[in-house]
Amino acid sequence: MTTTQQIVSIQMSKQVRARGGKMLAYLVLLALLFITLFPLWWVLRTALTSPTFVFSHTSSLLPVNPTTQNFERVLGLIDTSDLVGEGVVTSYMSTATLDFWVFLRNSFIVSSAITLGQTVFSSMAAYAFARIKFPLRDTIFFIYLTGLMIPSIVLFIPNFVFIRQLGWIGTYQGIIAPTFLMTPFAVFFMRQFFLGLNKDLEEAAIIDGATRIGLFWRIALPLVKGPILTLAILTFIGSWNEYLWPLLVGRDENVRVLTVALGIFREQTPQGSPDWAGLMAGTAVSIVPAIVIFLFFGRKVVDSIQFSGFK
Amino acid sequence: MVAGQTRGKPKRSVLFKLLNRLADNEAVIGYLFILPSLIGFAIFFAYPALRAVYISFLDWNLLSDAKYVGLDNYQTLVADERFWSSLRVTVLYVVWNIPVQTVLAVFMAVMLERFSTPVSSIMRGIMILPWLMPNVVVALLWMWILDPSIGLMNEFLKLVGIGKQPFIGSPAQAIQSIAAINIWRHAGYTSILIFAGLKTIPKSLYEAASIDGAGDLTQFRKITLPLLRPVLVFVLVTSVIGSFQVFDTVAVTTSGGPAGSTQVIIYYIFQQVFERRIKMGIATAASVVLFAILITVTIVQMRLLRSGESDLADYQ
Repeated sequence: MTTTQQIVSIQMSKQVRARGGKMLAYLVLLALLFITLFPLWWVLRTALTSPTFVFSHTSSLLPVNPTTQNFERVLGLIDTSDLVGEGVVTSYMSTATLDFWVFLRNSFIVSSAITLGQTVFSSMAAYAFARIKFPLRDTIFFIYLTGLMIPSIVLFIPNFVFIRQLGWIGTYQGIIAPTFLMTPFAVFFMRQFFLGLNKDLEEAAIIDGATRIGLFWRIALPLVKGPILTLAILTFIGSWNEYLWPLLVGRDENVRVLTVALGIFREQTPQGSPDWAGLMAGTAVSIVPAIVIFLFFGRKVVDSIQFSGFK
Repeated sequence: MVAGQTRGKPKRSVLFKLLNRLADNEAVIGYLFILPSLIGFAIFFAYPALRAVYISFLDWNLLSDAKYVGLDNYQTLVADERFWSSLRVTVLYVVWNIPVQTVLAVFMAVMLERFSTPVSSIMRGIMILPWLMPNVVVALLWMWILDPSIGLMNEFLKLVGIGKQPFIGSPAQAIQSIAAINIWRHAGYTSILIFAGLKTIPKSLYEAASIDGAGDLTQFRKITLPLLRPVLVFVLVTSVIGSFQVFDTVAVTTSGGPAGSTQVIIYYIFQQVFERRIKMGIATAASVVLFAILITVTIVQMRLLRSGESDLADYQ
């Protein structure tokens, strides 16, 4: 009797606690949603506010005197010198434009090339490390792993010197080269998935006379499609967000990527306060690729992190 | 002549056979598969790492001939007050950033566990959003919100009855503000990693514990935390390494100011190359010092956190 009573009372208190826990959890959820998303709304709200009102109505939750002029300015759809002529330009406003489409194109070229090269070559290497036997295999892989520990700034300076010797400063290949063939992370990441594949399929294929390359191409690759897509997304995001290396190698306008351009746009704003409305318009537009990736692949990225994060 | 011809023929067929056998040889195929990555690693990781050590012994401004100066650069570093201050600032940043971010992320992950599956899945999607955005963009966004005179944050503080704060405008609050910005960007991502770790803990342990009358807090302390250790090691090691290398946020928001209060070590290195008279030797020497610090910190962390062991083994 006492034991059943105990169990019942434990279950009841568990239920109460669970309900309390749920409430707390949902309160936290609301707070998290607010903290994560509100700053993004603030970007949009400021970007839609007329530059003249940015400094006077600082606490209005909605755009003040809404206008798309900031976006047009940033995207180069209106000529800022016209605005100067019409006396619209105030001291709050930068006459600098962001050559947005050029920088977007550059970001896209650089990130796509890095993603393509790194994913292909790192996957090949990862497959060999996981599945093919060759002398020094484990030693070479271990040396790759130590590469994970080297802070990137240590590599930047000699790499910068090397790229300069090649005459590649201010070129796409200069920005792309260091991470085109591999990163230790990418090899490590893919190796985990190849290690996890069932060997039986491969053995059956070997009996049927498949070659090594056939095994890789026809059997292993299709089985790791998910992880490869994930690696591609992570690599694309990583190179899209990269700032320091493209800043060193690609300050020149014809290869300048979006992150570097935004940094420079901020430096160019007039004396005194930055041109917040213009900056936020540029910021809003440059978040778009992240949002697109988030909408299409958000779940995929999140799930893959579950899988790979600490294995 | 005749002898040469007769010797030539078998030679060629031997070569042909050799090539044929090579194509079937696992070792050759293996090397072919890793060849591109090996080239990339040798040129852009291994060689520059060694080259950096070499450059740190040179007096070199990229333009003139390099001059070997032995340990001079390291001595200059030791004597440079700005170098020491950049180390202090970096440590201060790590000390603000890591505990807050980790505790917050663990708390968020534990809360995520309590939502129904679809809610938690959507939440994780939203929480990763800041991490998908470029550092530069995040820095600009928060610079605007934290603007001392007209930023939203001060409006908000006014509402709660707190006076205006200078944030990145004052030496006393600048590095903490930068830590806060990066916590906003990374806490969601970190908590997703930790959430993944939570998923590996068997439910039966919690059930057994609650029948024994253990409350939420006891369960968290006795089951969740110890079993989460492998993930926490991964999170801490990678985020500490990352924090020591903070740069983008500083470069965009404060450029090391005010009064050097946000001049972190990477920014110091950056200045040696790009803003002052180019001093490659000093810059690489500082990089080597940073590398040594990172290796030490990583090893100490792994020892302290006993990373090689898993408590889960005791339960299985």
